[in-house]
Amino acid sequence: MTQEIEPRVTMRGICKAFPGVKALEDVEFTLHPGEVHALLGENGAGKSTLVKVMTGVYQCDAGTVTLDGKEVHISSPAAAQDLGINTVYQEVNLVPTLSVAENLMIERQSSVFGFISWKKTRERARASLARLGLDIDVGRSLGSYSLAVQQLVAIARALDRETKVLVLDEPTASLDAHEVETLFGVLRDIKARGISIVFITHFIDQVYAISDRITVLRNGRFVGTGPVAEVPRMRLVTMMLGRQVEGHTGDRPSPDTIKMEGEALVSAKALGKSRYLKSVDFDLRAGEVVGLAGLLGSGRTETAKLIFGAERADLGEIRIDGQPVSLRTPKQAINLGFGFCPEDRKHDGLILDLTVRENIVLALQSKQGIFRRVGEAEQNRLADEMIKALGIATPDAEKRVGQLSGGNQQKVILARWLVAKPRLLILDEPTRGIDIGAHAEIVALIRKLCAEGLALLVASSELEEIVAFSHRVLVMRDREKVKEIVGQDITQAAIVEAIANS
Amino acid sequence: MRERRLPILATIVVFLLLYAIGGFYFNNFLTTRVFGNLLTDNAFVIIAAIGMTFVILSGGIDLSVGSMIAFVGIVMAVLVRDGWHPLTAALVLIVFGFLLGALMGYIIDAFEIQPFIVTLTSMFMLRGLSAVISQDSVPINHPFAEAFGSFRIPFPIGKGWLSAEALVMIACLIVALIIAHRTRFGANVYAIGGDAQSALLLGVPVRKTVVGVYALNGVFAVVAGIVYALYTSSGYPLAAVGVELDAIAAVVIGGTLLTGGVGLVIGTVFGGLIQGLIQTLIIFDGTLDSWWIRIVIGGLLFVFIVLQKGIMRSVTALGSQGAA
Repeated sequence: MTQEIEPRVTMRGICKAFPGVKALEDVEFTLHPGEVHALLGENGAGKSTLVKVMTGVYQCDAGTVTLDGKEVHISSPAAAQDLGINTVYQEVNLVPTLSVAENLMIERQSSVFGFISWKKTRERARASLARLGLDIDVGRSLGSYSLAVQQLVAIARALDRETKVLVLDEPTASLDAHEVETLFGVLRDIKARGISIVFITHFIDQVYAISDRITVLRNGRFVGTGPVAEVPRMRLVTMMLGRQVEGHTGDRPSPDTIKMEGEALVSAKALGKSRYLKSVDFDLRAGEVVGLAGLLGSGRTETAKLIFGAERADLGEIRIDGQPVSLRTPKQAINLGFGFCPEDRKHDGLILDLTVRENIVLALQSKQGIFRRVGEAEQNRLADEMIKALGIATPDAEKRVGQLSGGNQQKVILARWLVAKPRLLILDEPTRGIDIGAHAEIVALIRKLCAEGLALLVASSELEEIVAFSHRVLVMRDREKVKEIVGQDITQAAIVEAIANS
Repeated sequence: MRERRLPILATIVVFLLLYAIGGFYFNNFLTTRVFGNLLTDNAFVIIAAIGMTFVILSGGIDLSVGSMIAFVGIVMAVLVRDGWHPLTAALVLIVFGFLLGALMGYIIDAFEIQPFIVTLTSMFMLRGLSAVISQDSVPINHPFAEAFGSFRIPFPIGKGWLSAEALVMIACLIVALIIAHRTRFGANVYAIGGDAQSALLLGVPVRKTVVGVYALNGVFAVVAGIVYALYTSSGYPLAAVGVELDAIAAVVIGGTLLTGGVGLVIGTVFGGLIQGLIQTLIIFDGTLDSWWIRIVIGGLLFVFIVLQKGIMRSVTALGSQGAA
């Protein structure tokens, strides 16, 4: 290590545990003055926890933090701000109903004889925005401006104090390419003033566009750090995903079982939605599994949601059985025979307080409409059939779903769609949060369903499982399909390479 | 155009329209006397509504106001009967209103309980207490009360006058305007009503602000109660039933969003006056049943709520065309 520059912030041996999880274990992080430092890692890597230790939201269980060579104890967000560490979160944490000036100056308005002078306050607000090259009417409500402007206002507010460190938590997640450029221009300016920037993002291209150095975390552990020039893309992706990338393909379906002929059930052409997903195209036939691979935020889930009508596409076209359709609602997709198992089972899928039986008949009931109730006997028959077919470990169909294990909950969601006899099943992270044994069962189940002629679209961050069940893999990066890998060519190495190359 | 100012414009238009209708159909409507009475008769509701404005701006609600008015009236009447000076009684009651409001605000924030429920308990308790103190109406006989009732400042033109009730209301308005627009507390009320979570992250002392809002409303409710007691020269346990709802209606018609964060104190005054004008118009007409007041106010409320929804959409539309 060079001794010439004294680091602005040094964090050593940081440990932080939450009940049941070790969020950070012996993590180190060094931030130099006037640099943009990208902090990278997949879901659960510990990026946010590390940043929250730095900004005083959490207290670390062990480890030291030094600021400008002095050890500091950051006990609260206010304490962090007093030390000059400011944060801008992904969700713009400002009040949309207040004016821009009020947002910038809340709790620090100028006053005359104890009463607020809005004229002076607005002048100061205007001046602080001008420093970022933003000239807008500060009297208008913040909510009437674009997200990019709101983001800049949040940054302006963070810079208003004696800022030494600016933490940006996924600032570009909802910005378009032009807005990102504007933001980066501002960041370069801020950097030139000697302020250190911690930049959390999922977009690899942006890392290389703006960062000076990179630190990668994985599963709460420190993986590596270094100047951006010394970390090629390939290595970065490997560091983030943490898999030994060999040529090993695992148990692959042989190519002759892939039905490449026949009409596509779903055919997407340059499908996208502005600010959401740039473009994806693929064909999906009955009896085929198409895997969606990519880093967090690359557009996996977004693709799944567009195909299911949970988000409305406004770019490109989608054909179903050769007919162009415009999917507006999930209801429409369900009527076309689509099923969707979302990433977050508890929030978006299962109703934990209902029984296994009730959860299973839910989709069928909604397909039939509320006036044609599925009979009691029919409900029991379906539930029992599914419990047997999918091997759901439950004493009986009347157990509350909340009491089942994660793997079995996942099977209940699958069962729910299967009773509705779908033609296409969309699965988003089907193995997230379930144990290894159940993991293998779900993968086996996906193959079995596919062999029975179902079409499946499966998004997953687990390369191993994608490789294991996919006939074709769409590799996503920066909200866009960048490569399609078919048949024997599907290997973890090929996917990683596609993610890394630009 | 500042979209946030649209509701108040609509309120003023409705107010002027009602005045024009009155002037067109009835003689003697456009006189200072009618105006003076409008202020006097609605003073207590408007004072309560001004306090309610802060509560609604902060994203809350207070249902205890009507009961508080009755409670203040009966306690004051009993104390005056026992030889207290009305002003001493008023002072004690103001302190009581402040403390009760602060307590409710603390419970709402600290235990994260719906303001609706917390203030509902006060509503029941205060109403019950009023009846325990006296089942019957208690007259207020005191030289001060008489002086208050007969106080009048004539308007420069016409036969109308400004009553003591109206003066207290105007004083309340001035204080409220300063608090809302010229203090950090006021700015913070708007902030927590807009987005409490963000406000907290921006460094707004949310607890202090919520407690302050309900304490302030407690004071305004007590002042409304005092004005009402002096206006009717009595205390009665069943007085002012549902006045909290009239106050809420005044706030909403005055352009404040029920969801909080957007609205003006001055709008509430117009909202209260609009209700008073509708009442005056129906009394002038003489053929319509007085229940028509409710029907018209109900209709007006409906229109305003729908109007606000539309405006809110345009204010918070993400990435709207207004972007720089």
